[in-house]
Amino acid sequence: MENYALELIQKGTRIDERKFDQYRNIEIKTGVIGPAEGSARVRIGDTEVIVGVKMNTGTPFSDMPNDGTMMVSAEFTPLASPDFESGPPGEDAIELARLVDRSLRESKCIDFSKLVITPGVKVWSVYIDIHIINHQGNLLDAAGLAAVAALWNAYIPKYENEKIVRGEPAGKLPISFKPITITVGKVGNTLLVDPVLEEESIIDAKMSIAIRDDGKICAMQKQGHGTLEFSDVDKMIDIALKKSEELRGLI
Amino acid sequence: MGKKSDVQLIVDGKRTDGRAPEDVRPISMRLDVVSRANGSAEVSFGKTTAVAAVYGPRTLFPRFMQESDTGIIRTRYNMAPFSVVDRKSPGPDRRSTEISKVVRLALEPSIFLEDFPKATIDVYVEIIQADGSTRVTGINAASLALVAAGAPMKDMVTAVSVGKIDDTLIVDLNGTEDQNSQSDVAVAIMPRTDRITLLQMDGVLTKDEVMTVLSFAKENCHKINEQQKKLLLEKYTGE
Repeated sequence: MENYALELIQKGTRIDERKFDQYRNIEIKTGVIGPAEGSARVRIGDTEVIVGVKMNTGTPFSDMPNDGTMMVSAEFTPLASPDFESGPPGEDAIELARLVDRSLRESKCIDFSKLVITPGVKVWSVYIDIHIINHQGNLLDAAGLAAVAALWNAYIPKYENEKIVRGEPAGKLPISFKPITITVGKVGNTLLVDPVLEEESIIDAKMSIAIRDDGKICAMQKQGHGTLEFSDVDKMIDIALKKSEELRGLI
Repeated sequence: MGKKSDVQLIVDGKRTDGRAPEDVRPISMRLDVVSRANGSAEVSFGKTTAVAAVYGPRTLFPRFMQESDTGIIRTRYNMAPFSVVDRKSPGPDRRSTEISKVVRLALEPSIFLEDFPKATIDVYVEIIQADGSTRVTGINAASLALVAAGAPMKDMVTAVSVGKIDDTLIVDLNGTEDQNSQSDVAVAIMPRTDRITLLQMDGVLTKDEVMTVLSFAKENCHKINEQQKKLLLEKYTGE
């Protein structure tokens, strides 16, 4: 299968006949998980990810007493792929969670100053949990999309007598941007987006680029075993800028 | 973490430690600091110090992890508890797990791993004192250690950090700059062919700024690589 995918790319086509800059069909459903304050279920082709946002109270970091906090975690559940195993998150899950974390944090899409209950003492903590349901390639872009969709769907619950009143919204989560992560892969001299699993295994190297609504880049990470040329990065950013607008329009 | 700080970090064209924006801190490099290892090196960029040791190629156990047609590389990046002002609890955390992975991917393309099936090369990087730019300092030490270990290599790997503070692009961020930067970017290249093996960026930059940062990084990687090569030539040829 992998060799076949490679042969096709060398011939200028793909295993599922998409163009190199074309995503699979994307489906986004929000508000799909009742108990969560925000949620989204995203499918890119067969790849499927659920993100749940839970709002808890916590103490602020000592160097940022007047800001709420955020925590992103990812679980590569063993039901999603024969390659995933039970147990604590491995390095791929940790990397994915940290990449989603950086795209959100660095874009400053959440106004943490509006998540303070008692300055220096009690703040809202936004827990963003990424659950992989089906792994058919390009998990990061799906997870990033689901995280942003879930955050835009999220509310702050009512807080009364030092207690969270679950299920009773007191207001929307203060969010202003939709940072979108686009991963561009390189196979030989071909650059492509949204690789399926068979393509992921033959990719030389890839670059994930998170882009804000104003076209500014807020996070990048080279991934994969191979190397990239400086001119590749130039082209990859152009592709990401174009595709990020398209994906943002879906949320 | 990508936020513009309230403190001014560049005053009269000088950074907090007196450097100009394009200056790298004083670099020191030593080889053979761990006698039991096949190769080792200690590299300091200012107050940031990394020790790297390479063990192998050696047979990989458990056996089911072996690859029949190639060797593998394993890396561990670790910060000593005393390396930072607030004690870091020992052992791996999410940050070090991610960095261990990207360091491995940064070094991997430089080694002819296919030359030793079923084997592993283990690269250990310990940060003994941290003042920003620890992962790139660790990569520079690891690459020296790999050469010292006699690993068959296509090229060395040289790394540097570039960032943006007070709307100015700077090279080799120190700890204060790292914490208050508008953006920081870690880059590693194989200098002979200018291939990028590591690129991590956070903060907010335009595309043009990213491209400028990269050319800045490339230029500085070449300078740092000259120092790496000089040290190796002194040791192995007596030049």
